[in-house]
Amino acid sequence: MGPVVALILLCIAGGLMNPDFATLDNMMNVLTRTAFIGIIAVGMTFVIVSGGIDLSVGSMAALIAGSMIVAMNFLATGAHAPGPVTIVLAGVVLALVFGAVFGAVHGFLITHGKIEPFIVTLGTLGIFRALLTWLSDGGALTLDFNLAETYGPVYYQSVLGVPIPVWVFALVAASGVVILNRTAFGQHVQAIGSNEQVARYAAIRVDRVKLLTYLLLGVCVAIATVLYVPRLGSATPTTGILWELEAIAAVVVGGTSLKGGAGRVLGTVVGAILLSVIGNILNLTSIISVHLNAAVQGLVIIAVAYLQRGRR
Amino acid sequence: MRSLKHPVIKLAATTVIALGATQAYAADRLTIGVAVPTATHGYTAGIVYWANQAKKDLEAANPNLKVIVKTAGTPPEQANQIQDLVDVNKIGALVILPLDSASQTQPVNQVKNKGVYVTVVDRGLTNPAAQNAYVAGDNAAFGRLAAEYMGKRLNGKGNIVVLRGLPTTVDNDRVNAFNEEIKKYSGIKVLDAKYGNWNRDDAFKVMQDYLTRFKQVDAVWAADDDMAIGVQKAIEQAKRTDIKEVVGGGGAKFAVKKIMDGDKLVRADVSYSPRFMYDAIKMTAEARLKGQALPAKTIVPSVLITKENAKQFYFPESPY
Repeated sequence: MGPVVALILLCIAGGLMNPDFATLDNMMNVLTRTAFIGIIAVGMTFVIVSGGIDLSVGSMAALIAGSMIVAMNFLATGAHAPGPVTIVLAGVVLALVFGAVFGAVHGFLITHGKIEPFIVTLGTLGIFRALLTWLSDGGALTLDFNLAETYGPVYYQSVLGVPIPVWVFALVAASGVVILNRTAFGQHVQAIGSNEQVARYAAIRVDRVKLLTYLLLGVCVAIATVLYVPRLGSATPTTGILWELEAIAAVVVGGTSLKGGAGRVLGTVVGAILLSVIGNILNLTSIISVHLNAAVQGLVIIAVAYLQRGRR
Repeated sequence: MRSLKHPVIKLAATTVIALGATQAYAADRLTIGVAVPTATHGYTAGIVYWANQAKKDLEAANPNLKVIVKTAGTPPEQANQIQDLVDVNKIGALVILPLDSASQTQPVNQVKNKGVYVTVVDRGLTNPAAQNAYVAGDNAAFGRLAAEYMGKRLNGKGNIVVLRGLPTTVDNDRVNAFNEEIKKYSGIKVLDAKYGNWNRDDAFKVMQDYLTRFKQVDAVWAADDDMAIGVQKAIEQAKRTDIKEVVGGGGAKFAVKKIMDGDKLVRADVSYSPRFMYDAIKMTAEARLKGQALPAKTIVPSVLITKENAKQFYFPESPY
């Protein structure tokens, strides 16, 4: 209950400090921008519950975004270019394939290569970002104007008054809840996280389950990227910087122990929203010095984690 | 070796080495080491581009000249690089854009003490004695020109929001100069100034929240062209028509192109072109080949870019 209570308290404080905080538009803005980190954090929950970690997700998102843009721009040139909708769909498929492959490579190196997840993903953190920097020549990769027009609504359009990224976020979160709590795979993830040796004795295929958690996270990163690219229509070497820390913070603030074993996807969702709301309130008010923004965020994170203690 | 520690002896030794080096390099071949940050931002990408451009042009023009360009991602890496440039490549001059001022001051000082001529670019060192020459853009003018332009454009009346970069001295210099100038227009109100971290995504979020909070905004100073992109997207999304002007900064090619094409929101920009890297290397090479020194301080002026002069600031080949 810790994160929910904290979120409610924060929202009351936000509403008192600025009446615009409670408007529907503002809430939708906050939820939409939470969607990227939130979707990644849902995938991260599985990895952390199984006792692993992934530090590369920000760089991975940036590289997937850059590769998508390069590929789509390439398809749009030439005499026999397919229609913009086809190109966008091709870009989306490419992103999902990249995400799955990157995740599977992580899983393979960690299980069969027997390298610490921290080290594997620290390595790929550098590799992914360097590849993007090289692709973009250090500057910006920008989506072709016509494609951006076609693709833009994926971020900016609403269905039944709710922006598309929020719908996707809700869908991913719901799937995450079902997979973690209602499937054999989810049970195995939790069993491995609480005691890997015991899980092995219980005939759980530990390596395969672990590999799948990283693959799942890769796909989540890809979904987030698919929603991210239409926002600005560009990727730069600063895209996705520190997203890994935000995603990990959302998971931990949401009540999942970094030691693994037990975790809650809904907690993660609340954690991700909580982190966005802090930033939003700080932007909507100017009570404290802008230099101290990060300090306030840090304090709230530690305070919420304090409310979580004992749950491990 | 003990006697060498005495300051006077040290000074004398340094002078002898320095004079020897000066004469040797004045007559002979010259190798220049260039140490710049890795291209992790559009602006540093421009720095790397112009450094390589200078290498190409200068080596083609002077057969006696060699230019070695090194890029570094972290301050320790850069310190190692300049050490290697001196010990392995035997450079006669170093042109460096320090990754950060404080941590590079000691390493650069040691290089200078070995008789290498040092030109520091853009970000200064904490101790100017560690350098022979300093070449930089004008950060105060960067803020002042933007304020002057916005004051005139709004006829001295209206609401402005500001997006700052990262908390650094460069950002402080710009914002202080901006505030100083904008104060002269009593009808203009700066509603708030928050950090957008020179990042498109962060600027998008900050601008969304500004738009939620303020019902009437006449102009935006996004103190960087990258941030100005995020700002424009947020304005577009909110379908706000009250904003008349978005002023960025830096003279990025995509911003200059918008000005040339007559964009509705982006009509002016303030130059802070990474091209001064090119100028610094060229000036150092030309002076050192003749055995001369550069002026202690060269400030490349910031200029207001508008439709009239935009062409001169448009470099389509550069990544920035």
